[in-house]
Amino acid sequence: MTKKIGDVILDVNNISLRFGGVKALTDISFNVKEHEIRAIIGPNGAGKSSMLNCINGVYTPQEGSITFRGQTFDHMDSRQVAEMGVARTFQNLALFKGMSVIDNIMTGRNLRMKSNIFLQALRIGPAENEEIKHRARVEEIIDFLEIQAFRKTPVGQLPYGLQKRVDLGRALAMEPKVLLLDEPMAGMNVEEKQDMCRFILDVNDEFGCTIVLIEHDMSVVMDISDRVVVLDYGKKIGDGTPDEVRNNEEVISAYLGTSH
Amino acid sequence: MGFFLETLIGGLMAGMLYSLVALGFVLIYKASGVFNFAQGAMVLFAALAMARFAEWIPLYAGINSPVAANLIAFVLAAGVMFIVAWVIEYLVLRHLVNQEGTTLLMATLGITYFLDGVGQSIFGSDIYKIDIGMPKEPLMVLQNAFEGGLMVNQEDMVAAAIAAFLVAALSLFFQKTTTGRALRAVADDHQAAQSIGIPLNRIWVIVWCVAGIVALVAGMIWGSKLGVQFSLSSIALRALPVVILGGLTSVPGAIIGGLIIGVGEKLSEVFLGPYVGGGIEIWFAYVLALGFLLVRPQGLFGEKIIDRV
Amino acid sequence: MFYRENGQFKTSYKADQQIFPIAQDRWGVLILIAFAFFAVPFLADEYMMRAILIPFLILALAALGVNILVGYCGQISLGSGAFMAVGAYAAFNCWVRLEGIPLIAALLVGGFFATIVGIFFGIPSLRVKGLYLSVATLAAQFFCDWAFLRINWFTNNSASGTASVSNLTAFGFDIVTPLQKYIFCLSILVVFGVLAKNLVRGAIGREWMAIRDMDVAAAVIGIRPMYAKLSAFAVSSFIVGVAGALWAFIHLGSWEPAAFSVDRSFQLLFMVILGGMGSIMGSFFGAAFIVILPIAINIFLPLLGALVGIEVGTAALTHAEQIIFGALIVWFLIVEPHGLAKLWSVGKQKMRVWPFPH
Repeated sequence: MTKKIGDVILDVNNISLRFGGVKALTDISFNVKEHEIRAIIGPNGAGKSSMLNCINGVYTPQEGSITFRGQTFDHMDSRQVAEMGVARTFQNLALFKGMSVIDNIMTGRNLRMKSNIFLQALRIGPAENEEIKHRARVEEIIDFLEIQAFRKTPVGQLPYGLQKRVDLGRALAMEPKVLLLDEPMAGMNVEEKQDMCRFILDVNDEFGCTIVLIEHDMSVVMDISDRVVVLDYGKKIGDGTPDEVRNNEEVISAYLGTSH
Repeated sequence: MGFFLETLIGGLMAGMLYSLVALGFVLIYKASGVFNFAQGAMVLFAALAMARFAEWIPLYAGINSPVAANLIAFVLAAGVMFIVAWVIEYLVLRHLVNQEGTTLLMATLGITYFLDGVGQSIFGSDIYKIDIGMPKEPLMVLQNAFEGGLMVNQEDMVAAAIAAFLVAALSLFFQKTTTGRALRAVADDHQAAQSIGIPLNRIWVIVWCVAGIVALVAGMIWGSKLGVQFSLSSIALRALPVVILGGLTSVPGAIIGGLIIGVGEKLSEVFLGPYVGGGIEIWFAYVLALGFLLVRPQGLFGEKIIDRV
Repeated sequence: MFYRENGQFKTSYKADQQIFPIAQDRWGVLILIAFAFFAVPFLADEYMMRAILIPFLILALAALGVNILVGYCGQISLGSGAFMAVGAYAAFNCWVRLEGIPLIAALLVGGFFATIVGIFFGIPSLRVKGLYLSVATLAAQFFCDWAFLRINWFTNNSASGTASVSNLTAFGFDIVTPLQKYIFCLSILVVFGVLAKNLVRGAIGREWMAIRDMDVAAAVIGIRPMYAKLSAFAVSSFIVGVAGALWAFIHLGSWEPAAFSVDRSFQLLFMVILGGMGSIMGSFFGAAFIVILPIAINIFLPLLGALVGIEVGTAALTHAEQIIFGALIVWFLIVEPHGLAKLWSVGKQKMRVWPFPH
């Protein structure tokens, strides 16, 4: 069952990012093809999350540009990026702790909710129908992630692994073309990782999402990704298929070390 | 011109008094990240304590020299503020350690009401005098440069001198002593300070105690000028714009911010006020602070606020 | 045993999403509202209405508005008193300058102007938060204090600086006796309560809570922080403005700017904190608590004092109020930061499993 990998959908061109004197990213360029799973790996502090933050519009790079679906931007605006179809999960979750699972995932639908504030106050007709329509969609995602039992629980009360799934669900609710996953398996045990892998592969397969994945677990990365980018101290030191990267000497010395 | 200078000097003096209160804000914020709304209530509490002690000592201890009475009253009041600091840390701060800033802010609002009530219950709610021998007559200076000279309030000058002395003493304390160093470490990074063995709880008691002493000095001066009464408690509200201007984490900022606000208030009242109906003092400082918030939220000397994801 | 959801299955999302999905809750609230409309008028005397019930209703409305901004959207506001004032004076000017304008229209106009002022002073929220934002709202408070005191146009150039209204009617009914005022305020509160509840459980409510909980993540999802924050200020100020107009017109009759001072702002904030931030019911609990507390203290403390032979004077009562107040705020923040509303829902949870302990 081969999947069809398309053309370049996201192109990162010569991005440089500095915080005062600290160079987070230096002249980074790589591309992401449609429908592929692209992993970004590297030691801690290499700039992986910063890279995702640039794509999302959370950080503004001092130099470089990003081309997404044919349009080039010097600086990404968060809302625009979301509208164009990029969603992400966060390393430290960033869930809305005060809300239930359903409400958290429903916030992902907000982009598509059109009724204005007055209709919402009255909650009749179009406003009510819209809520129901989007609730149905969110329930599909909840089914997919197998968290039905927890839908009304405030997310702050859920165990870490389940919170990660809600984070993924919220991103999926945006119906993204590109999904940025920031260490989705951090802090999970083997079973949880297998579940998460399954979800990621299903998302890539069934929903057709392109996935950009930051991950530290090498076996996962080598197993599921189509291509890999390697960062170290803010510079790119490797780019290619998992096998190519595995045999790249610079990568080995910087990151992989001896076999494990 | 002479009138302008007089107003300016008057503003500087008033500003000094604001700075004294703002100092308390900065101290506590620097060392614990808590904005202490109750600073005004602490000023009132301390002033009440000192005023009443100074009254009671001649009555009950038979010490009739006003200097001695005032001195002992000061020391006793400082002791009271130490107890207040300890109680606040023990009953309130300790339990709210990991809460976010807004919760702590609102807790200090609660402490304000509590202190106001307790202070007035213990010490009484009339207007009391503090007489520490400040000269009350105005002084005429620079009579050669300006006709009739400039009128300067001696009491304000003494207050300014005391405030300057306090700032110098605090700076020395922070820079030269071990405790001062520990306070600066805690201000920088709670966890790092804890990991090298600095006892957080004790540090917080010390900080609130120092803030309490600053409140006592402020209360003493304000009280000497205006009499000790309940309205003193709302001083916190008047001094809040000062730390916005100066920067919540900067001691020199508190001083300079206070001077700017003091001068601004006086000048605007005298020169702008008549055109718009007067009484603009109540909002001038705040609107100025509002402007700063839009343009430079960290104030003139504060640290930039960065949000990390 | 009595408060169980057993047997209550929902077969549609609409049913699951209604305001009170549990039947007992629905019946409870309907009975309560019916009681308020039909039974209380016979049970409460005029004093109770004037001194307790009407202030409670109006302040509950104001607390509802403040809760939307502070509790749901997480934007701290110490200027609610000013927004009440804007609502009151705008409605007043409407009333005296536009002949024959209906009362409801004047109230809504008051709310509208409060909205504009609210949005204006909410702009700093796009740059700062927490303490710094409270400074911006305090600027609103003090500026409005001054404006309504010094600018005579607002009080229709009255010599004494007070504004007053009389002979209020709505939909052909007089609103003069305490009973009529009570029913009028109760109706407005119920209507606004439903509208507010619809907002907070809808898309905009989720946006507000998202901004409150983590605004950076919210931006990444595509929520516009500017729209969310300013809409919170707008809706909140509207409700607070209407409440201010009600407070002036219905409760006070004639008023000065001091009725809407910074103490009022603090009072509303405390209602929200004690009642429960981010909870509509909490606003009602908080308002009730703060309206009743001083009265309770005034009654019980002298009684307690008499028991031990101490005379409790009025000054002592004021101080006792402050002490109890302050202590309660701190206690709630430590023990139950989610306020009375959380205690209420914990109580309901216990009821669900009663007679079992858990």
